[in-house]
Amino acid sequence: MSVHFDLQSTSSLESNLEGLAGVLEADLPNYKNKILRILCSVARQLPEKLTIYTTLVGLLNARNYNFGGEFVEAMIRQLKETLKSNMFSEAVYLVRFLGDLVNCHVIAAPSMVAMFENFVCVIQEDDIPQVRSDWYVYAVLSSLPWVGKELYEKKDVEMDRLLSQIDGYLKRRQKTHVPMLQVWTAEKPHPQEEYLDCLWAQIQKLKKDRWQERHILRPYIAFDSVLCEALQHNLPPFTPPPHSESAVYPMPRVIFRMFDYTDAPEGPVMPGSHSVERFVIEENLHCIMKSHWKERKTCAAQLLSYPGKSKIPLNYHIVEVIFGELFQLPLPPHIDVMYTALLIELCKLQPGSLPQVLAQATEMMYMRLDTMNTTCIDRFVTWFSHHLSNFQFRWSWDDWVDCLAVDHDKPKPKFVKEVLEKCMRLSYHQRIVDIVPANFSPLIPADPIFTFKYGEENAQLPGYPMSITVSNAIKNRASNEEILAVLKDVPNPNQEDDDDEGDGFNPLKIEVFLQTLLNLAAKSFSHSFSALAKFHEVLKSLSDSDEGKLHVLRVVYEVWRNHPQMISVLVDKMIRTQIVDCAAVANWIFSQDMTHDFTRFYVWEILHSTIRKMNKHVQKIQRELEEAKEKLEKQQHRKKDSGDEEDMEKNSDEEDGQLEEQIDRLQEKVESAQSEQKNLFLVVFQRFIMMLTEHLAHCETAGTDFNTAWYKNCIERLQQIFLMHHGTIQQYMGTLEDLLFTAELDHHILAVYRQFCGLQA
Amino acid sequence: MSAQLNALHSDSYIDVSQYRDQHFKGNRYEQEKLLKQSSTLYVGNLSFYTTEEQVYELFAKSGDVKRIIIGLDKVKKTACGFCFVEYYTRVDAENAMRFLNGTRLDDRIIRTDWDAGFKEGRQYGRGKSGGQVRDEYRQDYDPARGGYGKLTQLQRAPEGRHKF
Repeated sequence: MSVHFDLQSTSSLESNLEGLAGVLEADLPNYKNKILRILCSVARQLPEKLTIYTTLVGLLNARNYNFGGEFVEAMIRQLKETLKSNMFSEAVYLVRFLGDLVNCHVIAAPSMVAMFENFVCVIQEDDIPQVRSDWYVYAVLSSLPWVGKELYEKKDVEMDRLLSQIDGYLKRRQKTHVPMLQVWTAEKPHPQEEYLDCLWAQIQKLKKDRWQERHILRPYIAFDSVLCEALQHNLPPFTPPPHSESAVYPMPRVIFRMFDYTDAPEGPVMPGSHSVERFVIEENLHCIMKSHWKERKTCAAQLLSYPGKSKIPLNYHIVEVIFGELFQLPLPPHIDVMYTALLIELCKLQPGSLPQVLAQATEMMYMRLDTMNTTCIDRFVTWFSHHLSNFQFRWSWDDWVDCLAVDHDKPKPKFVKEVLEKCMRLSYHQRIVDIVPANFSPLIPADPIFTFKYGEENAQLPGYPMSITVSNAIKNRASNEEILAVLKDVPNPNQEDDDDEGDGFNPLKIEVFLQTLLNLAAKSFSHSFSALAKFHEVLKSLSDSDEGKLHVLRVVYEVWRNHPQMISVLVDKMIRTQIVDCAAVANWIFSQDMTHDFTRFYVWEILHSTIRKMNKHVQKIQRELEEAKEKLEKQQHRKKDSGDEEDMEKNSDEEDGQLEEQIDRLQEKVESAQSEQKNLFLVVFQRFIMMLTEHLAHCETAGTDFNTAWYKNCIERLQQIFLMHHGTIQQYMGTLEDLLFTAELDHHILAVYRQFCGLQA
Repeated sequence: MSAQLNALHSDSYIDVSQYRDQHFKGNRYEQEKLLKQSSTLYVGNLSFYTTEEQVYELFAKSGDVKRIIIGLDKVKKTACGFCFVEYYTRVDAENAMRFLNGTRLDDRIIRTDWDAGFKEGRQYGRGKSGGQVRDEYRQDYDPARGGYGKLTQLQRAPEGRHKF
């Protein structure tokens, strides 16, 4: 059975649907299960085409009542499965589909209301996370744009009661998470609303408008005479599956708003933020991206061919929805670079209009940097620089000359600096000098050259002669042992004269060797990586202690401080080859030496990359342990099944023994890795708390305002740790609360912790 | 409708291309198997001046880069416009194919393709003059790739002088 109907063009949509319904009806005797499966998949995975397929089901039901009944049953089964498998967005699409089936006379309105009543009952459950009841409320409210009118016409008393219960719930629920999820902290020009509050306002307005909704495409209206003859089915009573520990409900969101009708001056008017049209358009655009994110050309084409686009300023909606996803906290739904690629495709398809909207959006976001969340600024920087690199870095930098008039640690000049730094990484220093006006030169990044301590002009330094010796040794292909022997003669400025061996931490030894080595290898990343690999033994020996590791990092920073990208890749290599460990990197970032660069983007890229490496390491060993356990289980099953020969038993006992030993070892490895991971988070949080507490205390005694640019940056960086690694951090909540985030903490710092707890509460 | 559903699961940007390395040691089946599991990408149409650092910066956007090997002219041992990018995981390489292939690096549209895996020797161009084969025969003038193609250069300056 092959189906080749194009269900895109609405002019022949009705005839397509009629034809398709005919074909499927004829195929039902032979292909019923296949058709059921396909229709269920469509309901779950093509939400942007919801009403087209509900109409199709409606037509089929009108022709074949039993099929309609079986389809409804299959949908309910699917709904139960998705709820049990934590597939909550797909579950919402199924609920919405069922709702729209009421409009198609497949499902009787009272039974839909009854299902919604059962959903809303979840509000009354005891001891459940708020995110559970949130989801059930959301599932009801987000279906109402499609089916509210019909349900209200048939059961207005029940619906009023439902809505009143939801109203009460929304008033009492906790919203501590909101500040952590807002892209902008300011309420103007557009309030950044909690998603349920926004949806509630939209439904309230819809109700006030007597449920008149004109945006959704409703093909079933054309078939009303056929459909109203059909017999309807009652939904079986549906009890929401009970809460379980393994349930992972969707996290709350804040609705991203950057445009309103004043921003799109010509052409169709943008629906207001509390109009249900706005909700439906945004939902559909999000669904299109969810369906097609892997294929950027298709995705762009689908977005731009949105049905009903002539009545809305589509480009503005698309740009707003894309940035909404890119800036979503904690994390965007898809990988960041997808949005860059998608916007480029959109610019290609609409070269006369989309680039202008994008430029307008960029300008607006620049203007509002002062109140933008630091994590979002990072993403803005990354997106903008990558975007520019695809368009020869052409930009009207002069428009931003205001950023030169304020301190360079303020958000606007800081943003420009970070953008230029990233642009340089994608090109080269002179290019950046060429693309900006001359007055922007204070914001241009440093030329990324190596800074060598032991150059000829510094021959008087104590380490200079040794540096020459080491350099010659390396050029003469000395081995690790030979280098270590040479280095034994380096005096230790930290040590007493009669304290001997010279094996302890010796900062001068580290400095002389590492400066010299990195100088010789400064030409490229590959050269430096080769150098680290070649002298791995020496480096491991030098970095043997915690102080050694810290000093290694310090030296790397000293020599490459004009080339943050090189620092990043070297730190990455050194962690992977175990010259330094993750905790050392964290301690280094929070150390006095790094105060000057503490608010620079590259520092946080390094820290987050370090935490990610730690997380991946733990996951890898956990997977190995799981695989070994599974293998053992399989082996034991086989033994049980076969179980005769004594010889065979002895062999398999041995195998079991080996596996058990391996499992024990892996178990130890997992525990040790988890301990290292917990320690890393403790170090990071502890250092944040120390820094922030000191700042707050200092400002209190000095009587100055604590809310400086530095403070905003620092506290949002703390938030960022929670947001970017929330999954991993959840397992250590107990320790964090006992040891660090106690009631004695300054309430500004504790608030961040409480907001985080609100995310899965 | 089926077609629409299939379209949903479509992921054509990560499909294996028609190109097969003629010097691959093994049969077609083995090569295809490696290509389907690979975390290494070939990157082409680079400028001769594109640096390892620039490649890193771009390709790090889809995941942690394990290694970059810049393609070299076999004779001159200088960059000749291609490289290999190796990721730690295939997922990261797939995202590079989806979102970096066909976009610009150093102002040029680059092309990425699956590679069966780097082996020593594969970093050298296989054109007769030492660079890539494509630079032997092309007739356009590309200042970032040595000017005219090698054959065209010889035609334009029969004494054998190189032109830029």
